[in-house]
Amino acid sequence: MKQSPLQDLELEEDSLKNKYLTFALGSEVYGIEIRYVTEIIGVQSITPVPELPEYIKGIINLRGKIIPVMDVRLRFRKPFREYNDRTCIIVVDIKEISIGLIVDAVAEVMTIEESNIVSPPDLNQLSRRYIQGIGKSGDEVKLLLNCDELLNHQETENLSAIGQV
Amino acid sequence: MSGSMSTDDPLLEMYLFESTQLIEQLEATFLRCESANSFNTEAIGEIFRHMHTIKGSAAMMSIMSISEAAHIIEDLFYRIRENSSAPHDFDTLFELIWDGLDFIKVETHKIRNGNQADGDPSGIVAAVTRYLETFSADTAPEYSYEATVTFTPDCLMENVRAYALVHQLREYMTIISFIPEDIAENEQSAEAIRKNGFVFILQSREAEEQIMAHIEQTAYIQEVRLSPVYDTATAFESASTSEWDRTAGSQRDKNSDSPKQMPVMREPLVSSMISVNVDKLDKLMDLVGEMVIAEAMVTQHESLRNIVSEHFLKSAAHLRKITGELQDVVMSIRMVPLTTTFQKMHRVIRDMGKNLGKEVQIQINGEETEVDKNIIEQISDPLMHLVRNAVDHGLESSQERASSGKPLAGTITLEAKNAGSDVLIIVKDDGKGLDKAKIMRRALEQGMIQEDSPELSDKEIYNLIFLPGFSTKEDVTQYSGRGVGMDVAFRNIEQIGGAILVESLPGSGTTISLKIPLTLAIIDGMNIKVGGSHYTLPTTSIQESFKPKAQDLLYDPDGNEMIMVRGECFPILRLDERLNTGGSTCNISQGVLVMIQQDERKVCVLVDELLGQQQVVVKTLPPYIKKIKPIKELAGCTLLGDGSISLILDPAALVSGAVRARTPALSSLH
Repeated sequence: MKQSPLQDLELEEDSLKNKYLTFALGSEVYGIEIRYVTEIIGVQSITPVPELPEYIKGIINLRGKIIPVMDVRLRFRKPFREYNDRTCIIVVDIKEISIGLIVDAVAEVMTIEESNIVSPPDLNQLSRRYIQGIGKSGDEVKLLLNCDELLNHQETENLSAIGQV
Repeated sequence: MSGSMSTDDPLLEMYLFESTQLIEQLEATFLRCESANSFNTEAIGEIFRHMHTIKGSAAMMSIMSISEAAHIIEDLFYRIRENSSAPHDFDTLFELIWDGLDFIKVETHKIRNGNQADGDPSGIVAAVTRYLETFSADTAPEYSYEATVTFTPDCLMENVRAYALVHQLREYMTIISFIPEDIAENEQSAEAIRKNGFVFILQSREAEEQIMAHIEQTAYIQEVRLSPVYDTATAFESASTSEWDRTAGSQRDKNSDSPKQMPVMREPLVSSMISVNVDKLDKLMDLVGEMVIAEAMVTQHESLRNIVSEHFLKSAAHLRKITGELQDVVMSIRMVPLTTTFQKMHRVIRDMGKNLGKEVQIQINGEETEVDKNIIEQISDPLMHLVRNAVDHGLESSQERASSGKPLAGTITLEAKNAGSDVLIIVKDDGKGLDKAKIMRRALEQGMIQEDSPELSDKEIYNLIFLPGFSTKEDVTQYSGRGVGMDVAFRNIEQIGGAILVESLPGSGTTISLKIPLTLAIIDGMNIKVGGSHYTLPTTSIQESFKPKAQDLLYDPDGNEMIMVRGECFPILRLDERLNTGGSTCNISQGVLVMIQQDERKVCVLVDELLGQQQVVVKTLPPYIKKIKPIKELAGCTLLGDGSISLILDPAALVSGAVRARTPALSSLH
């Protein structure tokens, strides 16, 4: 009895392994590990919360649960683009933190074998630290996001910002 | 919960719950007895019963360490009860009791954390046994035992042998009853004895081994099992009546006026109380919250707005009334009095006083004040730190007190009271008060403030004590001096949206007040609109709202706006400026002013529009947002009838307008 949930979990882990949800930001295609993704919803009305960094657009009501949403474009210091009916919110659950990621469009779920993933080049770019690898699929290239960093990195930015004030 | 035991096993969970409750009750009783320096019969009976239950259930869960410790304390009280007139060495006695209770507490805690209860009770057992030996042997009470005797299979005439055994044993002890009862007359009983053994209840002053020896003298006995009996609950049924009369009954009779009341009093307790998992309550609370929103969604639905139907309005009002009541009930289920929390503090103070050699009196007021369960859990730690600080730092030593003409015993006052939608918990000592100069000096030494920092107000200086690592103590004691406690207290209280206020008078003591919200769940709110955003203000803080007239407006030299209302002048707060959102009316006369009050301070908030009053379910802002930037002005958020989100404003933060600018030390915490 006690074994079964564990086994289930392992199976689930297995079926999720090496699977990525890809989405577009402008001309680039990014990938996010599917195990983080809870659901994908269209853009809905966002309540702005004052005094937050620009890339946190505010909070949304996801069936009674209130979660923050982050504009990934702005997070990567790309210019803001008006939301349209292609715009999606990918709800991810990372270390028990739920957050919605606003992206231009969601593409597909694909498997990228570990052997097809290379480390990102060592460029001194802001968005670089959010990329954990570059996946190759056919002749296309996907930038694989490091979700942990995406969520947690601003802590230090935030601290340094306070230091300046 | 990390322990696999603690969550998986409902039996264990039940056991933990029960034991914890009993321990708390025992602690309260002990404290009461200790301050009275005597045991009344009622208290003894209560302690005895509780210990017995703890022992029994621990044994059932095969937690032998607890069972043994409880057993010996039970013995102790059994003796005390039987010799109520005997003189006691109360200091030693109470030390023994506290040690024993602490042992049980620690073991219980271990189990709760999923560890093995591996403590060794032999120390306590030995100590109690030593104490018990001081009673003279002839006053030793009779113990009751239940003995089960099995005869060798082929001895025959078991009933006669049993009868002989009883006869023989009566020389040494009292035999109260036996099963089967008719061994003398009925030969068939031999069959029963062969099958079930011969069971009898006896009373004796002698130790178990001696009793065993007496029984075993008889021939043809194959096996003897002996187990102590304390009350009828463990005794077998047919013997229970006589047994009850002689042992339990006689014990109860000594409790003068309440011999029959005991069972009566306990019964309704069992049947009228159930324990519910807090998770379930949380879920219920959430659901009721959703229902409140849904109710608003239905009754205030767009398409119903033009329907004029008295019947519908009546039904809607009825629905609203029921939801309101339901909400109140659910809320009240979660409300728990502060009694146990205060009792814990009582204990802390008592122990500290003993260890530090300070004489401390404890005064507790308003312990019956009720607070949401979640909040109680959050304040227990901060309160402990505050109390420790008060005893350790606040109160002077007895010599110092004597020389400054104060009563030798210091007094710590714990007080709780309701104040609007908040509860105030006050920890007061009559010690030396905070030493401002010393605090400043330490803060300078520890680099928390600069030499050239501007003049600090008293309040700001007092607030320095909440900084992490701050301590005026040169030496770290068992209780304080590391500079961690107050920081923890401050953070915990802040987390639940409370505040800490410090007041101090040199020479006459320090008062620290915790202001905590009554509940975090549902409030009456006024929905307002500022710019494009919706906000909710708690109705309890709203004094009035009005359309301002241009001629009442004033400006101070810095350009701050103010308004005269009935001869009084109040500052005007523009939410959009405060929160940097923008987009509101610039012209005050087009908006509405809402006067809010908090702690005697009033501010008029300029809003574009009042949207209406509604009960709202407070939801905390997502942890992610809190992590990025704690926004003081926002107490949380809520869902409106149409499913949109409204941000709940914190009146306290709005009113104390320049809070962040004023307390540099504290703002740097974040």
